[in-house]
Amino acid sequence: MSEIKRTSAPWEPERYELASAPAYRFDLDRRDFFKFLGAGVLVFSVLKQAAWSQESGRARARRGDSLPEEIDAWLHIGENGKVRVYTGKVEVGQNVRTSLGQGVAEELRLPMEQIDLVMGDTQLTPFDMGTFGSRTTPTMNLQLRKVAAAARDLLIDLAAARWQTDRRHLVAADGKVMDPITKGSLEYGALVKGQRLAQRIPGEDPLTPAASWTVMGQSLPKLNGIDFVTGKHRYPSDQILPDMWHGKILRPPAFGATLLSVDSRKAEQMGATVVRDGNFVGVAAPSSGLSAAAIASIHAEWKSEPQPSSKELFDYLKKNTDDGTDLSGDGDRYDVGNVDEAFASSGPRVQRTYTVSYIAHVPLEPRAALAKWDGDNLTVWTGTQRPFGVRDELAEAFRVPEDRVRVLMPDTGSAYGGKHTGETAIEAARLARAARRPVKVIWTREEEFTWAYFRPAGVIDVVGGVRSDGTITAWEFHNYNSGSAGLRTYYEIPNQRIVFHPARSPLRQGSYRALAATANHFARESYMDELASALKMDPLEFRMKNLRNERLRAVFQAAADKFGWGKQKAEPGQGFGMGGGYEKLGNIATFAEVNLDRKAKVVRVVRIVSAFECGAIVNPGNLRNQVEGSNVQGMGGALFEAIQFENGRILNGRMSQYRVPRFSDLPVIETVLLDRKDLPSAGAGECPMIGLAPAIANAICDATGDRLRSLPLIPGSLKLA
Amino acid sequence: MATIKLSVNGRPSTVEADSQISLLTVLRENLDLTGTKYGCGEGQCGACTVLVDGRAQRSCVTRAENMAQKQITTIEGLARGDQLHPVQEAFLEEGALQCGYCTPGMILSTVALLIRNDHPTRTEIIDSLDGNLCRCGAYSRIISAVQKAATRLAKSDMGKGCRQ
Repeated sequence: MSEIKRTSAPWEPERYELASAPAYRFDLDRRDFFKFLGAGVLVFSVLKQAAWSQESGRARARRGDSLPEEIDAWLHIGENGKVRVYTGKVEVGQNVRTSLGQGVAEELRLPMEQIDLVMGDTQLTPFDMGTFGSRTTPTMNLQLRKVAAAARDLLIDLAAARWQTDRRHLVAADGKVMDPITKGSLEYGALVKGQRLAQRIPGEDPLTPAASWTVMGQSLPKLNGIDFVTGKHRYPSDQILPDMWHGKILRPPAFGATLLSVDSRKAEQMGATVVRDGNFVGVAAPSSGLSAAAIASIHAEWKSEPQPSSKELFDYLKKNTDDGTDLSGDGDRYDVGNVDEAFASSGPRVQRTYTVSYIAHVPLEPRAALAKWDGDNLTVWTGTQRPFGVRDELAEAFRVPEDRVRVLMPDTGSAYGGKHTGETAIEAARLARAARRPVKVIWTREEEFTWAYFRPAGVIDVVGGVRSDGTITAWEFHNYNSGSAGLRTYYEIPNQRIVFHPARSPLRQGSYRALAATANHFARESYMDELASALKMDPLEFRMKNLRNERLRAVFQAAADKFGWGKQKAEPGQGFGMGGGYEKLGNIATFAEVNLDRKAKVVRVVRIVSAFECGAIVNPGNLRNQVEGSNVQGMGGALFEAIQFENGRILNGRMSQYRVPRFSDLPVIETVLLDRKDLPSAGAGECPMIGLAPAIANAICDATGDRLRSLPLIPGSLKLA
Repeated sequence: MATIKLSVNGRPSTVEADSQISLLTVLRENLDLTGTKYGCGEGQCGACTVLVDGRAQRSCVTRAENMAQKQITTIEGLARGDQLHPVQEAFLEEGALQCGYCTPGMILSTVALLIRNDHPTRTEIIDSLDGNLCRCGAYSRIISAVQKAATRLAKSDMGKGCRQ
């Protein structure tokens, strides 16, 4: 194996989401399926657009075949009446196992307990690009519902044939097909007994409208919640196999360091298996203690180059743009009207610069993988949002065909966009091959902080032109490095120049919950308040004057009403602020109340009110959980989280040095959910986060008169400088 | 190497391991009690919380060797057969989890709190659980779950059992 790849930006933070899936060959041999599943009924759906995968430019035919049909969802109804649903999506705490199950239960008319979801297993589930971009609800939920609706039709057909009656008066309910005239009924399990029926659906079946939902739209609890409160659920780091050893990797002292020499004799004397392969040095031993001792005993010399530090970060990013190298994706530049002319005829231009730091995902479960070889066949259990992507990385790293690699993803201890890549899987697999037995690698917290990747840092320059009546006439917005999600303004402005400038990031960066939408909304919504303040206009009135989008207006109004916007301040030190926007098909407005203790100069967020709308609500309880969680997690990036680095080293890569929100940071959080049953359901894991940082910054300005333009606003603590 | 004697969830066990080994590692690796989680290795996140003689303790910074003569309870030892502990029930009912990785530590910290204080105020709950991180941010639901469990425990006999 060559050295483990470590490029500065393996995951374009934004545009990877625009890339379509590579063609995946999923051989549908019915005999194989039934051999594996047992008798019953199998329903699968095939992507409608055969050309879809070709348009991406990434499609590649395998084994000389033409492009195969692409199956994107399927389910099986067994003779015991159990329904097994197969999806490449994964569960990382967003509770899609439950919400997807609700979709199937709704359309198939059966209790949730009879549904089992097989998720993120590259051998059993259809190809899926990955669980990110808030796509599970708008795409997979819809797809599984179509499959379930087709399965229901098929069951009714089977009953009609058996009873020799007209299918049109038969009804499916509660796991049975019933004939209201004869009062006869048959359970699904009985109907499929002895059958080996496979049906491909056209994906055109009418679905149950949201107004008629009985299972969807309900606050059902986490599907297998009992396994989580009893400790029974095995996360990736809890997986074990007989004869398993524990692996450890020797980490370089700085990013990009090259290995000059290694002395691993002591580690070998301890009985550890030592692997040196290019820059990769790792050990495997019967216990984690022994592998840690073995790695500590290794003496290595490294060579590293001088690198930028966090102190000079923002200058560095602006001086190291990569403009023109990768502007292929949409969403990097927008020109509307004529900005220069508009500015020439507007008042004085006030340019403001906003910055955001690198932050870490800090999933409470660090990356982990257990790998096992059987000859040339590799099986890896790991926590990743991209099981198929990790399979491809493994196939490439070990030069084995993809069909010899199986990646399984047990429900994982969170990710937030931070578990897209497969390095832990590769490390475990490399050590397992050398040790000739299964090997598990669990990253330490320090490794997780240092050797994963970060949310991109960025610099954003904004300048706007506005008439004295509050109409915005011109808008220029430049984002350096942080990304293009949420780049465009949703305010009606006739002249715009909006540009994303990629830069050569000094740290490895990648996806993060809500991506750059947090940074872009922070800059935009802060600047909106700065304009309103210059005009001496109420910030809500100013926004509404320039906002036409009805869905966005509705959430701003709903949040304002709940918050009591316009009310008198009860005490000195109180500050109110708002922020909101549109992202990933959802609409959010967030209002914050802060309190400044003038003597101690300590700022606290005391109340957050969010109004969120993402179409028809699938599970209100879980949605509320996501909105609240977004606000809590968002407080960290808004207030105090920042990665400090110097010369290729992370300076605060421990839990004791990197502050994340705790119970004592918790404000009162109130959530208003707008249920639009007339609109398709959208995802909710990301959008609710984006209004918070500007709402807090605007509230701090309201309380103190200080305009803070850098995230985090109050690094390290709640004390103002 | 040392011979380490432990009593975990009412069962005695003997483990041959390095004398410096942490309680967390013994539980997970030697006893296959993987409900206790690694989160930070420095007692900062609470994912590894277990009960030692009814008090919450961070097993990642606890030497297993010092645990002889102590009664250790992990998340696996909380339910009585199929009967969940009221704190477990309350977490389920309030949906006080997302990914659930912090949940065992949260539940055991809560049990320890309710042993000391059967009617904690909101402030006391926050103070007591402040060392337990939920990165998914389910804090307000966790507080609701603690309050619900407290109410329920006060009414039931399990509260007394809980106080050991």
